[in-house]
Amino acid sequence: MTKKKGRVEMRRSPPATFAAGRKPPPLLHAMRRNWDLYLLIAPVIVYVLVFEYYPMYGLQIAFKNFTAANGIWGSPWIGFDHFQRFFNSYYFDRLIRNTLEISLYSLLVGFPAPLLLALMIHEMRRSWFRRTVQTITYAPHFLSTVVVVGIVIMMLSTQKGIVNHVIEWAGGKPIGFMTDPSWFKTIYVLSGVWQSAGWGSIIYLAALAGVDPQLHEAAIMDGASRFQRICRINLPAIAPTIIVLLILNAGQIMSIGFEKIYLMQNDLNIESSDVIPTYVYRSGILGAQMSFSVAVGLFNSVINCMLLVIVNYAARKMNETSLW
Amino acid sequence: MYRESIGDRIVGIVFAFLLVVITLCVLYPLVYVVSASVSQPEAVVTGRMWLLPSGLTWDGYAKILHNRDILTGYGNTVLYTVVGTAINLAMTILAAYPLSRKDFVGRGVISGFLVFTMFFSGGLIPSYLLVRSLHLLNTMWAMVIPGAVSVWNVIIMRTFFQTSIPFEVQESAVMDGCNNRQVLIRIVLPLSLPIIAVMVLFYSVGHWNSYFNALIYLNDRAKFPLQLILREILVQEDMSEMQQSTLTLDNILEKEIIKYAAIVVANLPIFLLYPFLQKYFVKGMLVGAIKG
Repeated sequence: MTKKKGRVEMRRSPPATFAAGRKPPPLLHAMRRNWDLYLLIAPVIVYVLVFEYYPMYGLQIAFKNFTAANGIWGSPWIGFDHFQRFFNSYYFDRLIRNTLEISLYSLLVGFPAPLLLALMIHEMRRSWFRRTVQTITYAPHFLSTVVVVGIVIMMLSTQKGIVNHVIEWAGGKPIGFMTDPSWFKTIYVLSGVWQSAGWGSIIYLAALAGVDPQLHEAAIMDGASRFQRICRINLPAIAPTIIVLLILNAGQIMSIGFEKIYLMQNDLNIESSDVIPTYVYRSGILGAQMSFSVAVGLFNSVINCMLLVIVNYAARKMNETSLW
Repeated sequence: MYRESIGDRIVGIVFAFLLVVITLCVLYPLVYVVSASVSQPEAVVTGRMWLLPSGLTWDGYAKILHNRDILTGYGNTVLYTVVGTAINLAMTILAAYPLSRKDFVGRGVISGFLVFTMFFSGGLIPSYLLVRSLHLLNTMWAMVIPGAVSVWNVIIMRTFFQTSIPFEVQESAVMDGCNNRQVLIRIVLPLSLPIIAVMVLFYSVGHWNSYFNALIYLNDRAKFPLQLILREILVQEDMSEMQQSTLTLDNILEKEIIKYAAIVVANLPIFLLYPFLQKYFVKGMLVGAIKG
């Protein structure tokens, strides 16, 4: 590429659409000039095709009777049999109930926690105090799921855990936190808050830092109290951020994380800890019922997608903010 | 300046008090683990040790040095983290740079092609079948290739390239006879060190802490990463203890002593890097938030 040519062409960006140009040459020309950009991105495209899109192609085995010998394409079609078997199975109600309960519980407790934390941190004036609170509350975010669950199990252990020692010391009876199904969801949600509330507050703090101080000055002149200013100025100012995050969270209601639940799960609490992803893992990888578990997983992803679209639509109707 | 009313002061004091309580609640389990790791196991198990170490001992750490599983796990995790992060970083740059260029024909289509995978995916079993049919099961590549590129991080990086590196600089490099690859290597990357640091930390902490891919793709113990070994020590053993009550106190203490030390050792690199992590993670998260 000559010097002069390169410059002129980089300036003149190609027409945005085919229709607008109606003469393909500039477009083709732009493509040829930047041929090495395609070379750069090619490995990524190949990777995504193989590791993201090919598994989507593999989803068809949900409607087939998959055997390794026949492969994905060669296995015979059987329609919706696997779905029907799942809907009629003993586990269906339990899985849906647990998935919804855990998600709603997480949303109800886990969503407001970082917001409240950010509103409080924002009110603090002394920077060393803010920094200390932030440094400490962010820390658990960097621990692995295995470590967090390990700490939870050790501290809540029936015989050796510090929590039960305190309960006994106070005259109570030790509680089998990890073995009692009724405690599972609370432990799951609260340990989640412990791990991620601090980290989640970052985004709200950034939004709060953008609130115009003149609004506060004017409100003070009008005699607004600090609490009123938080409710009437800070909250509305960061409402768009809150709504976007709420949409993202609500869209995830059915896509609950596998990693933590699987670690916390045991034979005794499975009644309230079994969710769709752990069921897919058990029946698919451990039980080798490939087609059936793909059908279960597909059912879950389709609901997720629908939820995200519905929640986003509702948010757009109510409020001008939406994801797209 | 204005004088705060009494009500406002009370609000401030209540908030400060709540924040102190919250911070202590977050801090307590961390301090407890560190203290327990250097305490006599009897004191930990009976609840005598609740905040500060009691009966200082380094036995737990000594046991770790003699535990083959933990040592090989540590080595494996370091290997997977280094190789995985290198692949991640290369792929993210390769995707982000072309997508950041206004004159890259087809970037809308390619962006859409990538972003779609954030919303919908084949899921666990088809991915497993793919890895199996590529004969990657039980190899290091199963740890580093699936998940080689995070679309979210590509978006963050592309945003950085677009907003922080003036297009004129790249233009003048082209004028001086650079081709696009040279522009990327000589101009763009040297100006992008902050975002590269963010990405290295994002990806490496992710590799360090992950156990899920290892759980499904590996079954050879010699290849297990640290987190899977930790899972056995911290999670599975406790479960089996709960179910069989035949274990003697000595058995339990023997196992107990290693647990807390293992947590501390596993998180040592993260703890040492924490000041950087905090700074760069926050930065990366905020660059991402602009788009999100």
